[in-house]
Amino acid sequence: MAIAAEQPGVDLREPAGWRRTKNKIATVLMWVAFAAVLVPLGFVLYTVISKGAPIISGQFLTGSIPPNIMPANFGGMAPAIIGTLEITALAAVMAIPLGVLGAVYINEYGGNRVLARVIGFMADVMTGVPSIVMGLFIFTIWVLHFGYSGLAGAFALACLMLPLVIRSSYEMLRLVPDSLREASYALGATKARVTLTVVLPAAIAGIISGALLAVARASGETAPLLFTIFTVEATNSNVFSGATTALPNQIFANASQPYVGAQARGWGAALTLIAIAFIFMIAARVSTARFTRYSR
Amino acid sequence: MSAAVQADPADVAGSAHPLAQRRPLGDRVFGWLALAAGLLVLVILVLIAVTTSQQSTSWFSHEGLSGIFSTDWDPATDHFGAMAFVFGTAVTALVAIILAVPVSVALALLLTEVVPPRWARPIVYVVDLLAVVPSVVWGLWGILVFAPWVQHIYSSIASGLTGIPVLSFLFGGTNTSGAAFFTAGLILAFMITPIVTSLSREVIATVPSIDKEGAYALGATRWEMIRGAVWPHSQSGVVGSVLLGLGRAMGETIAAALVIGSSPAITSHLFSPGYSMPAVIANQFGESSGTFRAALVGMGVLLFAITIIVNLVARGFVERSARRAKGA
Repeated sequence: MAIAAEQPGVDLREPAGWRRTKNKIATVLMWVAFAAVLVPLGFVLYTVISKGAPIISGQFLTGSIPPNIMPANFGGMAPAIIGTLEITALAAVMAIPLGVLGAVYINEYGGNRVLARVIGFMADVMTGVPSIVMGLFIFTIWVLHFGYSGLAGAFALACLMLPLVIRSSYEMLRLVPDSLREASYALGATKARVTLTVVLPAAIAGIISGALLAVARASGETAPLLFTIFTVEATNSNVFSGATTALPNQIFANASQPYVGAQARGWGAALTLIAIAFIFMIAARVSTARFTRYSR
Repeated sequence: MSAAVQADPADVAGSAHPLAQRRPLGDRVFGWLALAAGLLVLVILVLIAVTTSQQSTSWFSHEGLSGIFSTDWDPATDHFGAMAFVFGTAVTALVAIILAVPVSVALALLLTEVVPPRWARPIVYVVDLLAVVPSVVWGLWGILVFAPWVQHIYSSIASGLTGIPVLSFLFGGTNTSGAAFFTAGLILAFMITPIVTSLSREVIATVPSIDKEGAYALGATRWEMIRGAVWPHSQSGVVGSVLLGLGRAMGETIAAALVIGSSPAITSHLFSPGYSMPAVIANQFGESSGTFRAALVGMGVLLFAITIIVNLVARGFVERSARRAKGA
């Protein structure tokens, strides 16, 4: 019709002027935000590596913790390294099976039941409970009756890991297609058998990866251990009784020391701790990359 | 139709069919175990509330309800007012949120709307690295490296702003070590950025692409598309993730304990040293006893209650946004 001819030509070029400038500004600001994250991250990693790396040696990894006034080349952090590994492992042994079972309940048994939804929701809420509150909780419920021990510290870390494991395992179980479950039921398998031999193996990569990330996060936690393991300097290889120590707590103690040697050992311990957390994180990524069968 | 889909083929317990009796013991035991593991979450949360409240009763009987609102904190003379710590917790968490939210939301938009997925992955790894650095390492770096460095900046800002009404009120104050409300807020901001970013990103990723394409088809620039199509969809989810970051910032202990300056004070000056609830618990619990210890546990109860409420509200926002995205 004639109307079309009367219309002004549509401008198909990129928007000009102020609109275009605003778009540019917004994009630049987004990259600035990325830079704002890179700067502190680079700063902290550079400091930890440059101050921690010279301290790390065979002696540092195997020596006992010296008095704080001793210079940097004395002693090491072995009791704390052993403590961190023991306590984190014990916590993982408690939290991972329980967390996976909890996720199995929510996804496989809960269905649309209110209880399952409440448990899932409260597990999310539990991830927000401050770690220091977990420490106070284990202190009142365990340490007051049975004394300080690595086990108490492991309980506190397990409380912290449990909701994380539930959350990540639940997400993975949800991805397993229903056709797999239905096929196994059709063969006459019971629900437990379907869950254990079909559903969990199908989701295992994601479950392992989520569990490792939870372990990585728990291994660096200080606050839950403060009132549960008591932080002593001597090696205590018995994780089930007696006060012990861990890397984060030793860093916390050394950070407020005026002695150069103690601070240097703190940096070495910080580098060791980051390395441990980093190994768990890389293991998690490898596990996801190698064994993933289903994804969204 | 939907009933048929939801029917559980293995759940024959409710029916009168003889099959119900054939469900083996091991199968039922596994179901009970799973239920017990799920219930453990609720049991732990209830136990936290009950046992820690019990431990703090002598604080409440000693100070009454005013214990929370009193500013008088002096363990030597048996005065345990928590207000200075509540104030410090609120101020540091607010500073952290104000600094972290714009950065996190901008990062989330960058990752979802600007950068192609191939490049987004390494950026996500880098941002997540912030979360891998343990709290105590942030604290160690904060007190030995960062605080002395920002202290010079603080003093030059403070001297530059003397006389200017509101700004000198906020950014004045003398500081000798660099440990201050603002230092703690900054470090908390670094620590909560990854969580706020990843939650916002999840929410923004649920915006239907048809809305975005529609906006582009109308000739919108990318920024106009974000404001017109992405923002209305993800608003409540982003609010939820911000609240989750706030909860995280309030409960963060060790980094704050090292860099906040450890002096209970209520002041408008962000550059002066203060104290927060988790920090005072971490620093003084070891040498406390009696009412002193009860007061510290009581602050833990308060912290637990506040973070639970913040998290409940936040999850509510996130769920609502998820439902809306599904409905659209």
